[in-house]
Amino acid sequence: MAPWPVLTTITFLPLIGALLILLFVRGDEQKRSVVLAQQIALWTSLLTFVVSLTILHYFDASQSGFQLTEKHVWIPSFNIAYYKGIDGISIWFVLISTLLTPICVLSAIGGVHKRTKEFMIALLTLETMMIGMFTALDFVLFYLFFEGVLIPMFLIIGVWGGAGRIYAAYKFFLYTFLGSVLMLVAIFAMVYHVGTTDMTAMMGNKFPKDMAIWLWLAFFASFAVKTPMWPFHTWLPYAHVEAPTAGSVILAAVLLKMGGYGLIRISIQMLPTASAYFAPLVFTLSLIAIVYTSLVALVQTDMKKLIAYSSVAHMGFVTLGIFSMNQQGLDGAMLVMISHAFVSGALFLCVGVVYDRLHTREIARYSNMADNMPRYALVFMIFTLASIGLPGTSGFVGEFLSLQGAYLANSWLAFVGGLGVILGAAYMLWLYRRLFYGPDVKDDVRLLPDLNAREYCMFVPLIVLVFWLGVHPATFINVFAPTTDKILADYHQAAGSERTP
Amino acid sequence: MNFTSLYTAFPEISLAVFAMLMLIYGVVRGERSAQTVGIASFVAVLSIMIFVLKLGFIYSPGFPKLHISAGCYGCYAFDYMFIDDAFARFVKVILLCGSALSIILSWTYLKKENLSHPEYPILILFATLGMLLMVSANDLLALYVGLELQSLSLYVLAAYNRDNAKSSESGLKYFVLGALSSGLLLYGISLIYGYTGVTKFTSLSKLFIDMHQPPIGVLFGLVFICAGLAFKVSAVPFHMWTPDVYEGAPTPVTAFFAAAPKVAALAVLARLLIVPFGSLAHQWGQIIVFISVASMLLGSFAGLVQSSIKRLMAYSSIANVGYALVGIIVGGTAGMQALLIYVAIYFINTLGVFAVILSLRRKGKSLDRIVDFSGLAKTNPLLALTMVIFMFSLAGVPPLAGFFGKYFIFLAAVKAGMMPLAIIGVLTSVVSAYYYLRIIKLMYFDDGINIFDPLPEFGLRIVLAISALYMIVFTIWPAPIIDQALIAAHSLTGG
Repeated sequence: MAPWPVLTTITFLPLIGALLILLFVRGDEQKRSVVLAQQIALWTSLLTFVVSLTILHYFDASQSGFQLTEKHVWIPSFNIAYYKGIDGISIWFVLISTLLTPICVLSAIGGVHKRTKEFMIALLTLETMMIGMFTALDFVLFYLFFEGVLIPMFLIIGVWGGAGRIYAAYKFFLYTFLGSVLMLVAIFAMVYHVGTTDMTAMMGNKFPKDMAIWLWLAFFASFAVKTPMWPFHTWLPYAHVEAPTAGSVILAAVLLKMGGYGLIRISIQMLPTASAYFAPLVFTLSLIAIVYTSLVALVQTDMKKLIAYSSVAHMGFVTLGIFSMNQQGLDGAMLVMISHAFVSGALFLCVGVVYDRLHTREIARYSNMADNMPRYALVFMIFTLASIGLPGTSGFVGEFLSLQGAYLANSWLAFVGGLGVILGAAYMLWLYRRLFYGPDVKDDVRLLPDLNAREYCMFVPLIVLVFWLGVHPATFINVFAPTTDKILADYHQAAGSERTP
Repeated sequence: MNFTSLYTAFPEISLAVFAMLMLIYGVVRGERSAQTVGIASFVAVLSIMIFVLKLGFIYSPGFPKLHISAGCYGCYAFDYMFIDDAFARFVKVILLCGSALSIILSWTYLKKENLSHPEYPILILFATLGMLLMVSANDLLALYVGLELQSLSLYVLAAYNRDNAKSSESGLKYFVLGALSSGLLLYGISLIYGYTGVTKFTSLSKLFIDMHQPPIGVLFGLVFICAGLAFKVSAVPFHMWTPDVYEGAPTPVTAFFAAAPKVAALAVLARLLIVPFGSLAHQWGQIIVFISVASMLLGSFAGLVQSSIKRLMAYSSIANVGYALVGIIVGGTAGMQALLIYVAIYFINTLGVFAVILSLRRKGKSLDRIVDFSGLAKTNPLLALTMVIFMFSLAGVPPLAGFFGKYFIFLAAVKAGMMPLAIIGVLTSVVSAYYYLRIIKLMYFDDGINIFDPLPEFGLRIVLAISALYMIVFTIWPAPIIDQALIAAHSLTGG
């Protein structure tokens, strides 16, 4: 146990930074105030990251339950509590959020040139919402943060986005809002059935089969949009393309994981029978997502769109792994999510690097950049290979395990899923070839400067993590394995099925 | 003559005396007295609010149930014509608070538009008095008298800018349709009286519980009463006046309309349907379900195509009444509590929006088209930020207070087994989110640079700050209001 409320601290530290900027930074467009806002945002998010590392110290990785819990009375007459805690699953999402926010601040320092002060406020508020959501153990608190994410993200896309930002922002907001309100109705029904909003109490509860099926569908409406799963993914390419770099990074690295996290935490842990019932549906959608979106990615002419579609494909591996309901699948899904956070975040940062210089994301505008930007080419190569899933990089372990899990569930799943790996290599390598090699060199591309110090600071931690996860995944697996074991044991007990080894 | 009645009705009596004194003072001093009367009225309303708050609100965290019988619970006055229970007090605090804030809101506006006359605050005082009497009425006639006092003051207020054709039109429209609805209400009351011989809520309630099948005349009366009150809360299909009156009336008057009379009418409808007609729930249930669903749908969809911000707020208020009515349909303590929480959040949210509208001026001229918000975030970031808070709160997006209003309403609906109602409610709230987002889009996403007058003077700033902070503080510390609403709901349902 931590001697101090560590989760509350890391949840609200960024918000304090946002308030500081709001209250003390005057004059929006002056150079001095812009720098001050950037500094406050950078140091707050770094401080949050450092503080969040202490949870690794306090966290007992051999335990499976919720730890570092904090519980306070909030709305006594409705039995709603301010209840926070983490287990082996959520701890990684918290750390991903705290790690990526300072990187996004760094990226925004170079990429956001208007209303910097407001951007930093939105980014820090977003961090509070994300951490709050991953640490919430009370349904009202969970929903509060889950939905609260929409406000800063809507503004980030809409204010600092590209030409089609308004349509993208609306689509993002209304799509996810629609999914979430259906989830809200399901939460009402569960709260009424169980009599408390405590999420841990829901996990041990058995819902009647008919009810569980409806509840599962309502939650699925929200998580399938958030993850996103085919055919609910159509908001994602727009949102990614139009969002500023920092927004895309957060969106890909953290916001998509909310869907995967929700599927594990709520669909699997609270509604196991319905999850078993709907597993074939999820498998089908995942396979379609993997193959279809990979094919779509092949024909994209916009870098960000290509990476956005590749995200949908990767999240297909996640849902495949989660619903194969075995050790390999679930651990694989967790690893894919962690790896995807680093890799897709980094790839969007890579796009941001050249976008800041040339203000276009069109693949055809670039060529032969390996010549004049060798360091950039190297960094891009590392993340391309990680995205493909080359052994030794983070992408490999997760994809391998989730496909193995899928194989144990049904060999056809692994076969079709395997196609996605091949297609993934195809579109990523082709993208790489078009960007970094090729005959026709444009003059303005030739003159692009290579990575600067700020950009190194963004990439180095991610490169280290990509290799760390690829070479020694046990660091990560050991922390979440007891939890996933427990989840699977509970699941198979509840669903009444035999446990596959 | 029983003097305890005077104590029970002390807030109303003192308000009436004060309003009449102000009237005399205004007549004697003439136009010069406008400012004094305004400030004095504000202070008076505020002190009466504090009085009601002190008198009836027993806050203890944890178990509010233990304290329900404490204080002046269920005090009757004037031979059971008047009731002063926790429900009435809860609503009265909202009404007085709404009136006080409306008086502040109007100061600059009236001065700038050359409308500053002493009648204005006095009319608000009389309207407030009428509303207080309405929510404390325990008798159909007392209810009617309060309602009429309120309505007549409001008709005059709507036409207050008499040199303006739109304002006169809205006043006239409001008067004609309002008189019609009052007529319907009175006709319903007379039918009820004719078939039962009593007008007291408590007697009616006893009568109907024993009655196996109510006479057809009573049912007709009930329908007329529902129709009359549906007009007052501007629920579909009796909503037609709302957009026109909202648009035509001077903006601070619209703010007042949106905040106080609507809450009073909802409270009266709730008391009527739960106390005297509680045992006829299966009769009025269908009517209220229909008007609730129709209001949610129409308010959400019709708002999509508006170009005037005041008309937009009118449709938004129609949709919000639809949500609030869900609380009445659910009934019982849970439904009433949800309704009270809802109005306690809604009235201040809508006042905040109108404070923003009132602050929006260009070269001294007030603006009321939605596109006028374009570029506000650049020239006036703080005002834009407060508007964002109000808009997201109205859309029901957490972590702002508006979310909790909807949360408790739909939670109560699901608990009562009214799943379809909850689903329609959340889906229409997604539709209406679109028009709230549109204002944010105009303020933040559009690149056009528009010059706005600098932030308004002290009064408006206070209202803006209070209402925006309320939207956030409620989330952090909601227990006092939620517990008080529970006590108030208990006092109504007796459960």
